[in-house]
Amino acid sequence: MYKYNDFDTAFLAERNAQFRAQVERRIDGSLTEDEFKPLRLMNGLYLQLHAYMLRVAIPYGSLNSAQMNTLALLAEKWDKGYGHFTTRQNIQYNWPKLSDVPDMLDALAEVGMHAIQTSGNTIRNVTADHFAGAAADEIEDPRPIAELIRQWSTDHPEFQFMGRKFKIAVGGAAKDRAVLKAHDLAVRVVQNDAGETGYQILIGGGLGRTPMIGKVINDFVPRADLLPYIEAVVSVWNQIGRRDNKYKARIKITVHEHGIDHIRARVDARFALIRPTFLGADQELFSEIKVHFSPPKFRTGSTTPYDTAYKTDPVFRAWADTNLADHRVSDHAIVTISIKKHGATPGDASAEQMRVMATLAADYGYDELRISHEQNVILPHVHKSDLPAIHAKLKQHGLGTANIGLISDIIACPGMDYCALATARSIPVAEQIATRFDDLKLEHDIGHLQIKISGCINACGHHHVGHIGILGLDRAGVENYQITLGGDATWSAAVGERAGPGFAYDEIVPAVERIVDAYLSVRDTAEETFLETYRRVGMSPFKAALYPEAIKKVA
Amino acid sequence: MARAFTPKVITANHLIEGDVIYLTAADTWSRDLAEAELITDEAHAQLRLLDAQSQPATVVGAYLADATSGANGPEPTHFREEFRRTGPSNYAHGKQEVLANV
Repeated sequence: MYKYNDFDTAFLAERNAQFRAQVERRIDGSLTEDEFKPLRLMNGLYLQLHAYMLRVAIPYGSLNSAQMNTLALLAEKWDKGYGHFTTRQNIQYNWPKLSDVPDMLDALAEVGMHAIQTSGNTIRNVTADHFAGAAADEIEDPRPIAELIRQWSTDHPEFQFMGRKFKIAVGGAAKDRAVLKAHDLAVRVVQNDAGETGYQILIGGGLGRTPMIGKVINDFVPRADLLPYIEAVVSVWNQIGRRDNKYKARIKITVHEHGIDHIRARVDARFALIRPTFLGADQELFSEIKVHFSPPKFRTGSTTPYDTAYKTDPVFRAWADTNLADHRVSDHAIVTISIKKHGATPGDASAEQMRVMATLAADYGYDELRISHEQNVILPHVHKSDLPAIHAKLKQHGLGTANIGLISDIIACPGMDYCALATARSIPVAEQIATRFDDLKLEHDIGHLQIKISGCINACGHHHVGHIGILGLDRAGVENYQITLGGDATWSAAVGERAGPGFAYDEIVPAVERIVDAYLSVRDTAEETFLETYRRVGMSPFKAALYPEAIKKVA
Repeated sequence: MARAFTPKVITANHLIEGDVIYLTAADTWSRDLAEAELITDEAHAQLRLLDAQSQPATVVGAYLADATSGANGPEPTHFREEFRRTGPSNYAHGKQEVLANV
């Protein structure tokens, strides 16, 4: 884990003192809201439907137990006892008072956390594979370069007033778990034919109003060229990206309008210009950063307690089958803790639950935790013998749900229950779908099926890349839900296809049930996943299930 | 033809708490939509909005929201304003929490 040096600590203290003064000046009337708004947004503070919302960055989703305990403290002391983990590996507090926010930021600073650049037209919190440093299929831990990018992008003078926000994700494994192709810029650790490690760079991905899959701009950027190359990309976009229309301002539109070859040529020219100004300080910093991410000394020992529990306890076995992933050390496992208890708000954890997870990380997990973009919490390194004890503790606190990758492991944005931009609710739709399939006791039979729900076209809930995507809209003053099918959030990324007319709030859960029934009846085998079936049979059986009336009319 | 003016209330968020507030006929701010001034005249609505927007030390983002006359005062016509006057649907937080504790 990265630990702040004196410079980081001093920078954050100064920044927090500045914001405290800005809040004071807003409250005493010296600053108007128009003057204050960009300042609060730069520090992660939004004003939503019912209250302010503070979005705290969890850089590349990594944190330790002290940091998790501080997140719990904020929830309890200044909010309503819970926090919401987001699809960008951040945490949001939905109820802070403006006058309390400077104290919240000071508390975060004590554990090396902040809310800088979690909003505004800047380079946002860098996200990464949530199994970073632990996955069996990893080439290299992507977090050192994520931290390098975080330090470079924080308060970067050229990139504080861009046409729009810019999101970077980093992955280092064969499998993409960071939705790389839906980011403005993605860095993928790769090896070339000579066996050297470098970076494949993709740009122009994004969801929202105009979903686009990212395109490769460079197949291999050598290690020392990474920062100048990224700087060249952002710089080119910052210059030629559109500022006349905020819906056309993201780099995906720039790439679409100019073409990837044209952008590549401009980036190459810009890179040639700025590369000589990088004299190696970034590489020295990178070497220092890397040390912080050295793997823990993995303990060894018998896995018998795990093997016994797996054989004798069916509840443990069901959890182990869904919530564990392969660790690069064979007697260890990666534990995904589901923050998706059936009927609960996806991504919401209480202060008590956060403390339980922090304690488990400290006691069994080498003091490491991760937040996934799928709104779950991960213990990346656990010796298998500790799994039964961990599972028992999780169960006591509503954290033992065995549903990772299943139909109730739903991504949902806050929607109109909180968000000022939303056009419909997401949370109750997710709660009802999860409850329904839990009642049917079908979800393990259904298998891997990702539902992703957004409450507006901005797509924070990643609906375009859900196997089943649900988009909540306002149709003539009534909530209406559009369904897309066949989206894919992995390296084989695809934008889902719209199934047809939308469904009313009370029709959306039955509609999802009809899709699932259709899948169960047309799948080849129990092993063929929903997405595989969709790719084999296409939209028509699902359309027939969704719109039986339309079929009747044609007949 | 210009669209006919429909009744409105003036609503905003409170500067410190950030919660939803409504402008009353007595020029005060209330946390209860039922106490809001229901404005039926467009010119008056614009003047009242200017009044609201000239109080930056109290309110943020004042705007005109559609409302209708109900038995106990103004009521929302759109679900967004219904959520604003009630609170989120996943927890009994926000205004519904305050009302439950009265």
